[in-house]
Amino acid sequence: MPELVLRRARRPAGDAEPGTPRRVRKGDGGPTKSEVRNPPPPRRGVAQRQDPLANGHGTTPLSVLKRVAKSHNLTDENYRHIVKTLGRQPTLTEVGIFGVMYSEHCSYCSSKLYLKTFPTAGARILVPAGKENAGVVDVGGGLAVAFKCESHNHPSAVEPVQGAATGVGGIIRDIFTMGARPVALFDSLRFGPLDGDARTAFLFEGVVKGISDYGNSVGVPTVGGEILFDPSYRGNPLVNVMCIGLLKKSELARGAARGIGNPVIYVGSSTGRDGLGGASFASRDLKDGDADRPAVQIGDPFTEKCLIEATLEALATGDVMGIQDMGAAGLTCSTCEMPSRGGTGIEIDVALVPRREEGMTPYEVMLSESQERMLLVARKGREQRVKDIFAKWGLSAVTIGRVTKGGRMRVMDGPTLVADIPVGALTTEAPVYRRPVRRPRYLATVQAERLKHLPQPRDLGEVLLKLLSAPTIASKAPVFEQYDHMVQTNTVVLPGRADAAVLRLKGTGSYLAATTDGNGRYCYLDPYEGGKAAVAEAARNLVCVGAEPLAITDCLNFGSPLDPEIMWQFKECVRGLSDACRAFATPVTGGNVSLYNQGAKGAIDPTPVVGMIGVITSGEPVTASFKREGDAVVLLGETREELGGSEYLLTIHGRKTGRPPRVDLEHERALHRVMLDAARQGWLASAHDCSDGGLAVTIAESCIMGDAEALGAAIEPSAAPVDAKAIEPSALLFGESVGRIVVSCERRYVEPLLALAAKHNVPAAAIGAVGGTRLRIGTWIDCPVEDLSDAWRHGLPRALGAV
Amino acid sequence: MKFGVVVFPGSNCDQDCVHVVQDVLRQPVVTLWHQETSLRGCDAVVLPGGFSYGDYLRTGAIAHLAPIMQSIKSFAKDGGLVIGICNGFQILLESGLLPGAMLRNTGLRFICRSVPLRVERTDTPFTNRFQPGQVIRLPIAHNEGRYTIDAKSLNDVQRQVVFRYEGENPNGSIDAIAGITNARGNVLGMMPHPERASEDALGSTDGRLIFESMLEAHANA
Repeated sequence: MPELVLRRARRPAGDAEPGTPRRVRKGDGGPTKSEVRNPPPPRRGVAQRQDPLANGHGTTPLSVLKRVAKSHNLTDENYRHIVKTLGRQPTLTEVGIFGVMYSEHCSYCSSKLYLKTFPTAGARILVPAGKENAGVVDVGGGLAVAFKCESHNHPSAVEPVQGAATGVGGIIRDIFTMGARPVALFDSLRFGPLDGDARTAFLFEGVVKGISDYGNSVGVPTVGGEILFDPSYRGNPLVNVMCIGLLKKSELARGAARGIGNPVIYVGSSTGRDGLGGASFASRDLKDGDADRPAVQIGDPFTEKCLIEATLEALATGDVMGIQDMGAAGLTCSTCEMPSRGGTGIEIDVALVPRREEGMTPYEVMLSESQERMLLVARKGREQRVKDIFAKWGLSAVTIGRVTKGGRMRVMDGPTLVADIPVGALTTEAPVYRRPVRRPRYLATVQAERLKHLPQPRDLGEVLLKLLSAPTIASKAPVFEQYDHMVQTNTVVLPGRADAAVLRLKGTGSYLAATTDGNGRYCYLDPYEGGKAAVAEAARNLVCVGAEPLAITDCLNFGSPLDPEIMWQFKECVRGLSDACRAFATPVTGGNVSLYNQGAKGAIDPTPVVGMIGVITSGEPVTASFKREGDAVVLLGETREELGGSEYLLTIHGRKTGRPPRVDLEHERALHRVMLDAARQGWLASAHDCSDGGLAVTIAESCIMGDAEALGAAIEPSAAPVDAKAIEPSALLFGESVGRIVVSCERRYVEPLLALAAKHNVPAAAIGAVGGTRLRIGTWIDCPVEDLSDAWRHGLPRALGAV
Repeated sequence: MKFGVVVFPGSNCDQDCVHVVQDVLRQPVVTLWHQETSLRGCDAVVLPGGFSYGDYLRTGAIAHLAPIMQSIKSFAKDGGLVIGICNGFQILLESGLLPGAMLRNTGLRFICRSVPLRVERTDTPFTNRFQPGQVIRLPIAHNEGRYTIDAKSLNDVQRQVVFRYEGENPNGSIDAIAGITNARGNVLGMMPHPERASEDALGSTDGRLIFESMLEAHANA
C-alpha cells in the first residue's frame, strides 16, 4: 500500500510512538519526525530585538518549513501570503498555526461565500450565527436555548468508537461554554448498506458504542437523531451530533478575550500528542487504511462531566470574562479566536501548558487536539476563585498568559518567542475562495429516467413488509436503547414515539421540541429541492408534535470542494436551505461544514443535515401512534406521482433516480398553521408525517410504534387528495410526496379539522379508521399488524445478522 | 423529612433525585459533596446514579473510599435510611453495606428502557406503599447491572430481595434480582431509577411510591 506509506510520512508527528519503525520513502516531501519534535534550537539572544523573529525561521531550513506547509495543504499562494503578512519567513510553529487555521475545517474557505447567504436574523435570535461557539435563541419565559450541530465524519471513519465519542464531547463543550446546561443530544448518522459488509457493521456498531459510552457517562440524554443507510456512505460514514443547552437569558457567556491584562487560564485535561493536526485531517479526502488513526482524539467523558459542572459554577461567579473550547485546531484556535472576538491581543507561554507527554515542541502543543480542554479569560485579581472551582472538580487550571493590546497572538516557549501573528490574519482575514462550479453531468441522466415504466410489484403487502424492515426505516430501538435518553428527567416523549423529541422545560409548562433531518438521496437528485426538503421535513416533524419551529443549525456534508460539480451541489443545497428557512422564518444559527467526504469510491451524496428546535407553549405534545379504536384517519396534503429518490425505488428496484418530491414552501407554511391550530385545540390523537416509504409506511408505523398494543386500520387511499386522476398504486402507497401528514382524531373532530384545512387551502380528506388487528389499505394491502410490527422491530438486528 | 443526595464527581442523576424530593415530595433536600464528612442532620441519604469518578475501574470501586461514605456507613449502622440507585447500588455493594457484586450485562451493552418489576416485599421502609406481589414499571439505564452472589449467600439473602425483574431478565441478574436490602432492611440498593418514574409527565409514578414509603417509614419511626 504505497499510498499508506506516503501518507504516514506526510503527517507531521503523526506516528504513534517514539521508536515506531518509520516507513518513510526518501524525498517524499514530508518533514521528518525529528524535524517536528526537535526543531533546531532558536538562536539565543534574539528575544531582546525589536522583532525577534525578523530573521524568520531561525535555523529551521526553508525546505522543512515548506514541507510542513505542504503537509497542512497550504498552497504556494498561501505560503506567499503568510510571508507577506508576517514580513518575514514564518517559524515552524507559525506554519503549523497558519496550516490548521487555514484548513477548510477551521476557515470555511470554500464555503464561506455561500454561508453568508443564509438568513440569520430573527426576533428570537440572541446570538446570531458565526459570532460565538453556538447560536442562542430566546424560547420565552426568560429561557434561552444554545444549540449547534457538528460533524465528526473523518475521525469516525478510521476509529468509530473514539471518533463518535469525541464528536459528542466537542459539541457539548460548544454549548456549555455559552453558559448553557447541555440538556439533549441528537445523532444524525449515515452508513453504507448493512448488506453483510463487515467494515460497515464495524463502523455502525463502533459509532453507536462511542456515542453510548460518552453520552451516557456525561449525563446528557441522547433523545433523537436519525440513522440512514445508502451506498454512497460506504467507507465514509457521517456522524453529525447536535447538542442543545438551556440557560437563563441573563446567564449568557461569551467567547471573547476582553480586558487588557486579564489572565488567560488553561483548564481541563493535559495536552498530549493525540489528535495532532485533526483539523487538517478533516480537510482532505479520506483514504483507505488506518494510517490516519493518530489524528483521532481520545475522549474522557468523566473529565467532560466535571468540566461542565465546574464551568457552569465558574461562570455563575461572574469572574469569567470569556471562555472557549479547544476543539478543532486545539489551543491555536481558541488563542486566536478569543482575542479576535474581543478586539484584543493575547500572549501565552506554551511552557506553562500542562502536558501528558514529554518532549513536546511548541508546534505540537499548539496543534494538539487533546480533548476536554478549554481556555478562559478571568477577571484580573479573581483568578484564584475561578481556579479553586476547577480544583474542587479535580481539574487543573493554569494561567498561561494574558490579554494584550495590539491584536497580536504571541506564543512564547519560556523565554523564547515562537510565534507572533496578527490575530486577524488567522481569523477574519483568512483566505476565502470562490471555487469553480459546474452543474454535474450525472443529473440529466438520473433525472430523465422514466419511472412509469418500472414493473409494478405483484404483492404490495410484501413490498410494505420489505420497506418496514429496511434498516433506514426499521425501528431504531436497538440503537437508542443503548443511549441513556431519560437522564435529567425531561424526556416527556421517548425516542421512537413521535416525529420529534420533546423535553419539558421544568417549571414553565412549556415544552422544547427538536429534530434532525436530511435526505442525501434527494440532494443527489436535485440539490436545491433536497435542501428545501431537509428544512421542510424538520419543520413538519416539529409541527407533528405540536411545536412551533423557531430556528435551525446545520451540518453540511459534501465531497471535495475542488470538484466544481460538488461545489455546485453545495451552492444549490445552500440555496434550497436558505429559501426554506426564509419561508418558515426559521433562521440559521450556526453549524458546520464538512467537506472532502470522499474516498476511492467517490463522493458521498450531498447531505445537509438540519437540526431544528421549536416550542410548545400551550397544549400537550402529540405522538405518532394511533391511540383508540374507532378514531378517524385524516390525510393532510396532496399525493403526486412522485417516486423519484424514494426508499421504495432504492429497496425494491435498486435505483437512485428520478426527480425527488417537489417542496411547495407556501403549502408547507399553511400545513404548519393547520397542525399547530389543531394541536392547540387538542383535536389530534396522533400525527406522523409521510417521509421514507411514503403513505403506506407512515400509516403502518402509526399502527405499531406506540408502547401499547398495536392497532390496525382500514384505509381507503382513493379518498386521498391527489393531483392527477390516474396515479400508479406504487406511487400512491410508497411515493414520498412531501407536505403530507397522517393524523388520527375522534370522529367528532373530523369536520372541524377538514374545515380548518380548507380555510388554509390545505388539501385534506378522511381516508379511514383505526381499529382491528389488521392493516387494510384499499385492495392492495391486508396484513396482520403483528407481521408489520415484527418486520419493523427486527429489521435492524436482522440486517446486522444478530437475529 | 430531610434528604441528603450525595454528589460524587461523575454523578449524573443527583439533580434528578433533588428534583423529586424538592418539587414532587416537597421535602427539604441538601446535596452532600463526596469530600464532606457531615451528613448535616439528614434523615435519609440517596446515592444517585451516574459514573462516579468515571467508573473507569470497577463501578463504585473508587466512590466507596470517599470521605462521605465513611459517615454513611456509620449512619447505616445506626439504622439510618440509605437508598442507592444504579451507580449508588454499585457503590453500596463495593462498600460492603449490601451483599453481592455487579457484573456487566449479559448482552454486553448499555440498556435504557422501562421494565416490569415485581415487588417482593412490602414490609420494608422503601416499599410499604406497595401491594404484595405488585408489578410496577421503572426505567433501567446501565451497562453493569447484572447482580451476582455466591450460591450459599444467595440462599441467605432471599428474604432481603425487594424487587425482581418480571418476565424478561434484561441484564442476566442472578435470580432476576433488581433490588436488595441489607439484613436489617434500612439500606436498599436497586438498579432501576425510581426518580425517573415519579411524575405523570414522565409516564409513570410507580417510582414515587418508593420515596413516599420512606416518608411513611420516617413518620412512623
